[in-house]
Amino acid sequence: MVNLIWVALLLIGLMFAGINGTMKDVNEAMFQGAKEAVTISIGLISVLVFWLGLMKIAEQSGLLSFFAHLFRPIAKKIFPEVPPDHPALGYILSNMIANMFGLGNAATPLGIKAMEQLKQLNGQTDEPSRSMITFVALNTASITLIPATVISIRMTYHSASPGEIIGTTFVASLIATISAMMIDRAFYIRRRKKGGL
Amino acid sequence: MHVIQFLSLWLIPILIACILLHGTYKRVPTYEAFVEGGKEGIQIAFSLIPYLVGMLVAVSVFRASGALDFFISYIKPLIIPFGLPPEVVPLAIIRPISGTASLGMVTDLIATYGPDSFIGRLASTIQGSTETTLYVLTVYFGAVGIRKMGDALKVGLLADLISFIVSFIIVLWMFGK
Repeated sequence: MVNLIWVALLLIGLMFAGINGTMKDVNEAMFQGAKEAVTISIGLISVLVFWLGLMKIAEQSGLLSFFAHLFRPIAKKIFPEVPPDHPALGYILSNMIANMFGLGNAATPLGIKAMEQLKQLNGQTDEPSRSMITFVALNTASITLIPATVISIRMTYHSASPGEIIGTTFVASLIATISAMMIDRAFYIRRRKKGGL
Repeated sequence: MHVIQFLSLWLIPILIACILLHGTYKRVPTYEAFVEGGKEGIQIAFSLIPYLVGMLVAVSVFRASGALDFFISYIKPLIIPFGLPPEVVPLAIIRPISGTASLGMVTDLIATYGPDSFIGRLASTIQGSTETTLYVLTVYFGAVGIRKMGDALKVGLLADLISFIVSFIIVLWMFGK
């Protein structure tokens, strides 16, 4: 599926460039895209080192399992395959809280850590487990309490009330998240019927 | 509103203080643990590079070639009958694919139509209410070396579609046209 999408994006793009005469732009875009990717990855080092360092302390002190414990009643429903009190749940919860407050910098390292834990639970195969798909689906919708970037853009353009979209954003993201969970469940049931995971 | 602003400013410092206090109280070798955890961060960032390069190059080529604009112009007429302003349609399509491109579009829409117009509010809500699905999938699956995405992409994109529809309804309902 990813392979197909990836090749399709590239080939359709190249084909269009030939027809539209945008080959010059495409040549530029290729290297611009590659550069941007490296810049993002390198930029992530600072936040990854800082947050994973801090979370290591939280893991060793038991704070993370405490979080996981608080999260237990809901987690059992959303992630039935993860054992209760497993540190993965602590990371998942911290990731969701960071996302809610628009702290993408903190959310990404926590999410990656959660994925690592889920991968271990899945026996280190390179196929995604059910819990991994659920977690990533939750993150693509992600409940948002404070859309910080958008508010700052609205401020720049002199909105009378830059924060007035907090309510609409919250409701839209909440409904999207609930839908994501239901769609995820539906796909899981379909997979199981086919005899998959 | 003020409570939320206060929280977003104080949340990280409070969290850091809690982690450090709890760690010290439980006699964790805090500094050593921090360094140990930090090392993992470097590894993850580096292993992420090929995944991101592959994905971002493909998206950039698709966009720069004019293919994206072509598909948008095809999809547009299908959506307009529902009363959606055609100006936000490209944004809705790009939102799951590229975070920087959609941010640029939102800024442009807000600059053109004003932040307090219907289009401005709708664009703000669309941008804020979902994440860049393709980026999230690439980073999260890439960081732990998973090559297949399973149903995650379909789930993510369907949720984006719902988020877009809900944004439209809720902005219409709360602020009117």
